[in-house]
Amino acid sequence: MDWFDDWALTLAVFLPAVGLVAVLAVPRAEERLIKVVTLVATLATLAVGAGILARFDYDRSAALQFRVDASWIDAINARYHLAVDGISLPLLVLSMFVTVLCVVYSWNHFPEPHNPKAFLALILLLEVGMNGTFVAQDLVLFFIFFEVVLLPMFFMIGVWGGPNREYASIKFFLFTLFGSALMLLGFLALFFLSGTNTFQIPELVALGGEGITRTTQHLIFAGLFLGFAIKVPMFPFHTWLPDAHTEAPTVGSVLLAAILLKLGTYGFVRIAMPVLPEAAATWAPWIGLLAVIGIIYGALCCLAQTDMKRLIAFSSVAHMGFVMLGIATLTTFGVNAAIFGMVAHGLITGMLFFLAGTVQHTYHTREMERLGGLLKQAPRLGWILGFCAMASLGLPGLAGFWGEFPAILSAYRPAGAVSGLLGAEPLVTFRVFMVLAAIGTVLAAGYLLWMYQRVAFGVPKEEFADLSVHDVTPVEWIAWTPMLLLIVVLGVYPQLLFGITNGAVTRLFGG
Amino acid sequence: MLESAWVIPALPAAGFVGILLFGRRLPRGGSLLGTGAVGLALVASLVAAAQWVQRVDDAAAKEGMGTLVAFGRGLLGAEAGHAGVEPVVRAVTWWESGPAVLRVGTHVDGLTVMMLVVVCVISFLVHVYSTAYMHGDERFTYFYAALSLFTASMLLLVVAENTLQLLVGWELVGLCSFMLIGHWWEEKPNTNAAIKAFLTTRTGDVGLLVGVVLTGFVVEQATGRFSFGISAVNEAALSGKVSSTLLTVTAAGLLLGIIGKSGQFPLHTWLPDAMAGPTPVSALIHAATMVVAGVYLGARVYPVFWEGFTIGAGGVNAMAAVGAITIVIGALLAFVQDDIKKVLAYSTISQLGYMVMGLGVGAWVGAVFHLFTHAFFKALLFLGAGSISHSGSHHSFDMRKDMGGLRHHMPVTFATFMIGSAALVGLFPLAGFWSKDEILATAGQSDYDLFMVVGVIGAVLTASYMTRCVHLTFFGSYRGHGHPHESPPAITVPLVVLAVLSVIAGFANAVAFGVEHFVTYVEPTVAFPKLVHPDFDALLAVVSVGLALAAIGAGAWLWSRPEPLGPLAGLTRRNAAARLGHTVLRNKYYLDALYEDVIVAGVRGPLARASYWVNQRVIDAVVNGTGRATARVGRLTYRRVDQGVIDAGLNGLAAETGTLGGLLRRLQSGRLPRYALGVVAGVVVIGAALVLIRV
Repeated sequence: MDWFDDWALTLAVFLPAVGLVAVLAVPRAEERLIKVVTLVATLATLAVGAGILARFDYDRSAALQFRVDASWIDAINARYHLAVDGISLPLLVLSMFVTVLCVVYSWNHFPEPHNPKAFLALILLLEVGMNGTFVAQDLVLFFIFFEVVLLPMFFMIGVWGGPNREYASIKFFLFTLFGSALMLLGFLALFFLSGTNTFQIPELVALGGEGITRTTQHLIFAGLFLGFAIKVPMFPFHTWLPDAHTEAPTVGSVLLAAILLKLGTYGFVRIAMPVLPEAAATWAPWIGLLAVIGIIYGALCCLAQTDMKRLIAFSSVAHMGFVMLGIATLTTFGVNAAIFGMVAHGLITGMLFFLAGTVQHTYHTREMERLGGLLKQAPRLGWILGFCAMASLGLPGLAGFWGEFPAILSAYRPAGAVSGLLGAEPLVTFRVFMVLAAIGTVLAAGYLLWMYQRVAFGVPKEEFADLSVHDVTPVEWIAWTPMLLLIVVLGVYPQLLFGITNGAVTRLFGG
Repeated sequence: MLESAWVIPALPAAGFVGILLFGRRLPRGGSLLGTGAVGLALVASLVAAAQWVQRVDDAAAKEGMGTLVAFGRGLLGAEAGHAGVEPVVRAVTWWESGPAVLRVGTHVDGLTVMMLVVVCVISFLVHVYSTAYMHGDERFTYFYAALSLFTASMLLLVVAENTLQLLVGWELVGLCSFMLIGHWWEEKPNTNAAIKAFLTTRTGDVGLLVGVVLTGFVVEQATGRFSFGISAVNEAALSGKVSSTLLTVTAAGLLLGIIGKSGQFPLHTWLPDAMAGPTPVSALIHAATMVVAGVYLGARVYPVFWEGFTIGAGGVNAMAAVGAITIVIGALLAFVQDDIKKVLAYSTISQLGYMVMGLGVGAWVGAVFHLFTHAFFKALLFLGAGSISHSGSHHSFDMRKDMGGLRHHMPVTFATFMIGSAALVGLFPLAGFWSKDEILATAGQSDYDLFMVVGVIGAVLTASYMTRCVHLTFFGSYRGHGHPHESPPAITVPLVVLAVLSVIAGFANAVAFGVEHFVTYVEPTVAFPKLVHPDFDALLAVVSVGLALAAIGAGAWLWSRPEPLGPLAGLTRRNAAARLGHTVLRNKYYLDALYEDVIVAGVRGPLARASYWVNQRVIDAVVNGTGRATARVGRLTYRRVDQGVIDAGLNGLAAETGTLGGLLRRLQSGRLPRYALGVVAGVVVIGAALVLIRV
């Protein structure tokens, strides 16, 4: 199986591209064939993922495995360098997994203006970018994959989106591109100033900012921070998110929440924090501050929403706040929690967007004032929504809890190098964050349960009282059951995920 | 069974999964499967209890022989004359982070098996009772699924090997409570009550979350190893190596969790509303088991509270104060309720106050013992109230409008309800007498006299409001409109069983007769503080029972006057102070107004709207403004630079602004192919920039 080990990651990234070419070759009218080709391509990619999971050496999860390292653009020392460790692996597999389910869900759910060929082609292109970002070990390669993702999502929102799609898609594109430009500047500065002329992430991590003056390190970190923080998105760079989510088609929202947001947090864990540890330690309290503001502020904005989908979008701001709080502590507890939180948020919020999409499809509205009695009209759908709401509010026993609890725990004692806020003790700073984050869990329960009360409890409003409502369809069951099961399995036995990430996290953040 | 205690929660969990998967296709709508699973869990718990008793006896026998091992253990903190009986702990890796390995498993000792038996007994009886009570309910199967899930979660909480696992069970029982309070979710008041319960307990859980996190650091400070293990936490708390600040903060955090879950002042307000759920649920969850989870937590990691609040020192501490306040405010509110379930709910709050106060004054045995006896007689009272609504008052719980005179129509319900009331009031020799006396005697004999007095006052109040409740329900003439009759056996048999238990449970630790099974078998002997075990205080017993009897007599006299309340009738009209007191009580001390109208409404309304306003009008305005400004710069650049100057040297910065601005303008022109072109162009420019760097 050496052959597989050498080619696994290349296949993981470019099989969807092969599928993309195949889809483009099929005439537009052959819708069924297009769907089958797409499904086969994404399933084949997922099979590669399964192979990687099977052959991954979990005892050495800190090591970069399935490594491909070939020369690429010699002039700038950029290399075709792909590899996975315990941090990349869960996110890579999550991306493959969610993409398949999105294709399944799309089967008979194509939003206007229909056109499955273009829609599915974009999903495949998106997968290239997502998978590539999680395995790239070269900054140039990383950057290209990171940007490739923008394009298909831009079109998804701009073409298949809601009434305000133009504004939302442009905002999404320009806002993230703005961040990327600064991030690119940071990458270039690292290349030139580190004195090694390298874009290789492992080498830059090994250097840990050596050879760059403190001030410059901080400036570079600022660039990387903006690039990643916009993508996460962190308060106050989050305003593209509610608009993008509200307007995006269901599958677009799912992919956006489940995977795209993680590109930002992954960038922090993989690049920004380990490459510039000193600057990270100085910036950490500020990142932590923005994270807890995000937790509280995101929750408060959720409480003000009347649109179910927009509420879920704002809940992402709060949830990513927990992830960023964990990262800001620069501890193993915090970063492990962050990666768990990324996966859990991907599954749970992805599910919530699926559900919001189906509600919209059924009632042609997402205004919670008009909804009600979902449990009455579509009991299964109602129960799944309740389940996901509970998962989202961090109920122990479900996946979301393991992103929140260890993050709160880690804030009790951040890494030794981390400084405090405006001269305050680091411990005091982060313990205040800890309590604020814990209070955020109450607010989360508030907006989710009130949302559930308005949508699912009670009896249907008059205008929908006579509507005959389809409960969960077979296609939806196929798309959703794996996610629901994973939410339970990871919640009951978190070691499944912590066991993979811990080694790699300990190597980078174990002090 | 001590070593494989995981089976006990696994049984109802399997029942839950079975009902979930097969639902209505199961015989009797799943009730048979649910009841059977809990029945098996009950058997397993009884076996575990017997084995634990055996284990303690064996250890005592060994110590009797004076073996060196037992002596060594004795040095490790066991009381003199007491064998140090280690809990049986089994655990596997649950998750890990850095060097820390966190485990999941079972921690079985006397406290665990006692609690297992209580939960399984009540749950089993409630399962049986509900077959009749919930018969014909629209969501009968769902109800049994939720009951099974609740039982599994509660048992998971009880056997928890560590505080984090306990937290997991704790939140899961909260979920079940939410599901069952909102069982009839078509009605808004029910779902409001469910959400109120969930959010209020979650507010307390902020403290619990922090407290549980800190238990890990308590262990780390003492041993250098991070762990949530209950044994480890208790040992660390007593080791003297942990700073007292950390212990105090930990204890305070956990206490906040207890306040939320166990209906303590000032977070007790959700419990009366929780009565919106079906009555068997009120008996099981909101009287006998879930609400005592807080007390159980307090008992489980008692050394943290002992050291954190320096309970051994006497005087006043937060835990005892919270409990004492709750005893009185709960009992007072029970006087002004017309709904029989609300009387019982406030009574539960008050009784939980006894338990928390008991823990706070060092009466560990008393608190745990009271948890034990209270479970039986309070479940009995709730199920009795359910029996009345099922067969006597036509699904109403209003004592004034729909009850009265029921003793003639429902003899079994009446007799058992009287036994339950007498046990609650603490009449000798029923269960409540022994446990309440144990708490008060301990308080009196360990420098907590003030709290002993509060306890006696509470007993008088209890006697009075229960007299009122019993009178309105069973005496006088029938005021309802139904045809009251006795309930079917599925309802009366559990009542009789609980009545028997309410009579005999107290003899498990009847100090006056020299029986101290709770001290021998339930109280931990390893990693536990040295507690005061009071002698029987005859004077205290006579005074508290005498006062209670006097209160009953006075109440009975007042209520049996031709005009109820006799000379006191119309007091609130005549006396301003009485009127004020009555108004305050009617409005529940205005706490609900404060929480719902001020705090919740403030957060959901103005605060949320203000945040969103900032989001749209400030943060987003900056973003949009930047976008528009850039577009303008782009247009200018295009006109003046790109068109004006020869397009030769591409200045990187200008190029980028130009492209972005131009893109934006094209995008605004509203035609899609152009967008595509613009976007591709943007990416190409970035790609080109990369190539340019080659230089």
